[in-house]
Amino acid sequence: MVSKKKTNAKPSETVKEESHPVTEESHPVTEESHPVTEESHPVTEESQPEVAKKEESTLVPEPTFEKSIASRIVSKFGTKTVIGFIKPNRIRINTKKEDILDVASYIRDELNFDHAESVSGVDYPESKEIEVVYHLGSYSDPQLAKQILTLATRLPREDVPNPGKDSTRMSSLRDIFYSVEFHERECFEMLGVYFEGHPDNRRLLLPEDWADVPPLRKDFRIKGRVA
Amino acid sequence: MTTQLPPGMQLEKVDERIMTLNVGPQHPGSGHMRLIIKVDGDHIVSCDPDPGYVHRGEEKMTEYRNYIQNIPHLERPVIHDSCNILYPYCLAVEELLGIEVPERAKYIRVIASELNRCVYTLYWLGIYGIFLGHSTMFMWPMGDRELLIDLLEALSGARVTHAYFVPGGVRNDTPSNFEEKCLRHVNYFEKRLKEYEDIFYQNPVLKQRTEGTGILSRMDAIRLGTTGSVLRSAGVDFDIRKKEPYDVYENLDFQSQVLKEGDSYARSRVPYLDMLESCRIIKDALKKMPKSGSVRTKLKPNPKGGNNEAYRRVESGRGSLGMYVVSDSKPEPYRVKISVGSFRNMICMPYLLKGEKLGNMPAVYWSLNYWPVEADR
Repeated sequence: MVSKKKTNAKPSETVKEESHPVTEESHPVTEESHPVTEESHPVTEESQPEVAKKEESTLVPEPTFEKSIASRIVSKFGTKTVIGFIKPNRIRINTKKEDILDVASYIRDELNFDHAESVSGVDYPESKEIEVVYHLGSYSDPQLAKQILTLATRLPREDVPNPGKDSTRMSSLRDIFYSVEFHERECFEMLGVYFEGHPDNRRLLLPEDWADVPPLRKDFRIKGRVA
Repeated sequence: MTTQLPPGMQLEKVDERIMTLNVGPQHPGSGHMRLIIKVDGDHIVSCDPDPGYVHRGEEKMTEYRNYIQNIPHLERPVIHDSCNILYPYCLAVEELLGIEVPERAKYIRVIASELNRCVYTLYWLGIYGIFLGHSTMFMWPMGDRELLIDLLEALSGARVTHAYFVPGGVRNDTPSNFEEKCLRHVNYFEKRLKEYEDIFYQNPVLKQRTEGTGILSRMDAIRLGTTGSVLRSAGVDFDIRKKEPYDVYENLDFQSQVLKEGDSYARSRVPYLDMLESCRIIKDALKKMPKSGSVRTKLKPNPKGGNNEAYRRVESGRGSLGMYVVSDSKPEPYRVKISVGSFRNMICMPYLLKGEKLGNMPAVYWSLNYWPVEADR
């Protein structure tokens, strides 16, 4: 990541000033506008090794704005939320499925994230868990235009799935982010995650007579492929 | 109380008058997807989109192939916009593997991506024209599209399935006379686009059919999480190329195109304005591109990502196209989620079509810039 930023810096120095003063103004993500609170997060510290961090500070501006957003969530919810990572323009917040509705409403109402870009399910058979990942973005707040907030939660996974009837379930975020409607329907059929409170828990992409395990689980194998 | 409801909802209570129509999945008016439409006489009472007819399990297939082998099949959901669907995948894999892209490759990528956006938009415009009964608008874009396909063929060797982008740059350098040829074709194409304005967009019949039909308000566009031309035609200035510039877009001179009407006419006009803007981008990129240098960072065989994840997005012909790639120290990605504009815009269909006349269905449906194959993946 360090090296990638190095190349990005080159063209901006040479051409940016005369051709694009507008872009600078349209994203007023300045340090003054969002003073960082002093609490630093032990999780992010350990995810980046010490050496790499020192180098980065000379080349890439610290993701201070991202940190301020993350610290607002953490100071509000305390131990209920854990910061997964903070990268430039990307924040990841992990939470428990019981708290996800509260966290999501806080993110919408106080932090101005207004829509979901995608909802992905990731299957982890070793730890017997399924992770549901919401990528949230904002159209209405120009400061947040670059940001994607990743909100993730883990659900129990059963070896013999019975979609809709087993313990792989969580509350739907559809009442908070209306845009998740079709994404959650897809996640239901592809990974067998039941979303409680979703008005329309039907199949979306799969055929109506599909009777196998949900296909994006790791124990569903494509025929003839060994990997 | 019932008088306050919109007309479409009042009709729902009447049972015997309502007829169910299946539009698709093999009907040319819907592409490869089914719209279950209930009508009362001529008015649509409800619409239930039923995608999945061309679902091919792209996301599952990525888990069986390594980062390089994934390239040719990942472009299949939308072959005539293949550069733009590979773009976020390459950006995400570069972030995961820590690959640097040479400066020249970045410019070539932008040019290829903009050419491909025009190729896609012309295809869509042809279909939009023929479904509104404007056969000239079917023939012209299909003819002019060949010019741009020629350019992309010169770059990649294939007419539509280019597989030209690779993590680390592009597959090969441009042929020797590419820049002059590109400039010539793009200049001609820009001239042609101005003629489209007169014959299609200023056509009173088209205006009558599309203006004021299927209006999406600004608030709804945001709330429903729409993207691309649907969002920008409803007055929200959100172009990923401007808002989160990738590669060299921040150095290039262009404007994001926004209209505020939110009706079918505005939705069909934003992609057209985008094409004019693409011509500007291509000409500017040709000027600023380094004239020589490497175009591809060679990867180690079977590169492995760490325990990491990346979410990158680009502005495709149909709006934001995001890829969420999770890696787990193996040559194959652990999970790839493709979040496409078509899938995200599908949520509008029930809202826009309810209460509309059945005859306006193609005008509204095709204005959404929806590509069923991409939505199904």
